[in-house]
Amino acid sequence: MKSEFTQPIGKISNVNGQCIPLIGNDIDTDRIIPARFLKCVNFDSLGESVFEDDRKTLKGKHPFDLEENKNASILIVNSNFGCGSSREHAPQALMRWGIKAIIGESFADIFYSNCIAIGIPCFTLPKKSIEEIQNYCDNQFLFLEIDLKKSLAKSKDLNLNLEIRESSRKMFLTGEWDATSTLLDNENLIENKFNHLPYIKFNSYYS
Amino acid sequence: MSQDTLFDKVWDLHKVSSLPGGSDQIFIGLHLIHEVTSPQAFGALKDKKLKVKFPDRTVATVDHIVPTDNQSRPFKDNLAEQMIETLEKNCLEHKIRFFNIGSGNQGIVHVVAPELGLTQPGMTIACGDSHTSTHGAFGSIAFGIGTSQVRDVLATQTLAMNKLKVRQIWCDNTLSKGVYAKDLVLHIINKLGVKAGVGFAYEFAGPAIHELSMEERMTICNMSIEGGARCGYINPDEKTFSYIKNKLYAPKNEHWDRALRWWESLKSDENSIYDDVIKLDASKVEPTVTWGITPGQSISINQQIPLLDELSPNDKLVAEEAYEYMSFKPGQLIKDTPVDVCFIGSCTNGRISDLRVAAKVLKGKKVSKNVKAFAVPGSEKVATKAKQEGLDQIFKDSGFQWREPGCSMCLAMNSDKLIGNQVSASSSNRNFKGRQGSPSGRTLLMSPAMVAAAAINGKVSDVREFIN
Repeated sequence: MKSEFTQPIGKISNVNGQCIPLIGNDIDTDRIIPARFLKCVNFDSLGESVFEDDRKTLKGKHPFDLEENKNASILIVNSNFGCGSSREHAPQALMRWGIKAIIGESFADIFYSNCIAIGIPCFTLPKKSIEEIQNYCDNQFLFLEIDLKKSLAKSKDLNLNLEIRESSRKMFLTGEWDATSTLLDNENLIENKFNHLPYIKFNSYYS
Repeated sequence: MSQDTLFDKVWDLHKVSSLPGGSDQIFIGLHLIHEVTSPQAFGALKDKKLKVKFPDRTVATVDHIVPTDNQSRPFKDNLAEQMIETLEKNCLEHKIRFFNIGSGNQGIVHVVAPELGLTQPGMTIACGDSHTSTHGAFGSIAFGIGTSQVRDVLATQTLAMNKLKVRQIWCDNTLSKGVYAKDLVLHIINKLGVKAGVGFAYEFAGPAIHELSMEERMTICNMSIEGGARCGYINPDEKTFSYIKNKLYAPKNEHWDRALRWWESLKSDENSIYDDVIKLDASKVEPTVTWGITPGQSISINQQIPLLDELSPNDKLVAEEAYEYMSFKPGQLIKDTPVDVCFIGSCTNGRISDLRVAAKVLKGKKVSKNVKAFAVPGSEKVATKAKQEGLDQIFKDSGFQWREPGCSMCLAMNSDKLIGNQVSASSSNRNFKGRQGSPSGRTLLMSPAMVAAAAINGKVSDVREFIN
């Protein structure tokens, strides 16, 4: 485990850090954080259990156990990362281990929403570019400077045009990724919607 | 972009605003919560000094962590006890309706809400659980969310979301004898792949879908997420309405007539536009079993585990991982694979019709002596009904253990777990590495009838040989 964890807050326009590549398609959230660690009423201690079973199987050779990755913060993954269970414990565990951004071929929908909601930008790149990054990381450290304003990632050797959903990019730049207060701004519209939905009147929850 | 589908109509009806970033603010008609993904959301409300905006629109039950052998309180597992206590406290404090153990209405959240009539056509439904797609079987738009989004629904009854694209999956003809909804959905996921549904809602349609009972439709929509689709739905019809009628929270009297008129108007237009349409022939589907570590890695009962060369380049990486983890050889038959554990239950296949079909296979037969078999009803209501019909006795006589309702070994958050590299024949929804509680445990997904057949023979079997 790393030094102290601080939750992201407010506008996020840059993420700078060392990359940690994790190879594999369809890595599900059960693997990111096995269900037995979901028996908790807060997320605080999840960081040390991230990929617990995969790490045990690989006996110290899992990327999250390698000494050279201990300060890494940008996770590089392949396709359909985070599929399966909706557990937010998965991105929470990654974040508490030290991950601040993820670049991959593709992400599962619920995992992606969860990352946005807790302040982890997720970017996509074509398969070929991801493989290039993974190969690059085989022999040397890769430090990336990610600029959300330009959707660019730079290192001394690489310039990558990252893709990110425009609404997500804007949410990070404005700080509205923490959506509650933005949603509450429309309180009158919410009340109005509630009053006009056809089924509110005829369902009998109140009986 | 899709137009005039049920998805478009329900989305538009629930749209509160366009948010500055470009996503939509969507009103959530029914919010379901359980003990695993809600405590941190209530914690966040407290931190932000917020209240639950519409407590009547949220309904709670407890399912993931409940023991299925001894449910007396306090639970033996301190952490499980702490989780149920936290939910009890939060529901009490925020005046949220809670179906606790012993209420007669407790069970797996996706079994409970439909059987209470809470799930209705035209609603948006969200829950901190990926199998929320189940409720789409009623023509609602239902999807799983994470804990931060649970917080947002509690505080505002709305979510910030990007509208999904819509893919229609048209299923021609009807399923053959001995082939069930589970086989069809496994077949669909195999054909389309586990990530084809990313960014999509799936509309299941066609004669084969129309034929299915409501419980079978729930099985189909339940596993949309295993194909990558956060939301799956079926246009409501007479079966939908008659299933809901007279349920505890169904509209009553003049409200029923109004509801029915509205529901009958709710369906995709004949000339609606889809982002994609896929057609398949349901009569060609055979009993289907997974052999790998994703729900897309399935084959028909008489097929061989695919060779690496038979797979597309994108599927090879996971296939190699699967051969190794499952200790299967490419080209090996799945039929006759010995099994150690047989599990019937879960939000996919833990309903009364699932238990009936399994009991029919088991009646008068014995579970193989090498197999530990257990049945976990999806809810207290399902358990009561099964007892009334004598199904529990059929299960027990055959050598199955008959348990109390809960999620149980679908995800093994209670004490029902595989041990070591045991092989499980399971009616659940995920065969991920370690999913059933052992980091080296192996799961073969199949229909409840196929699990029953596997239990009798002690190995993967073709249920059609049992039902003539």
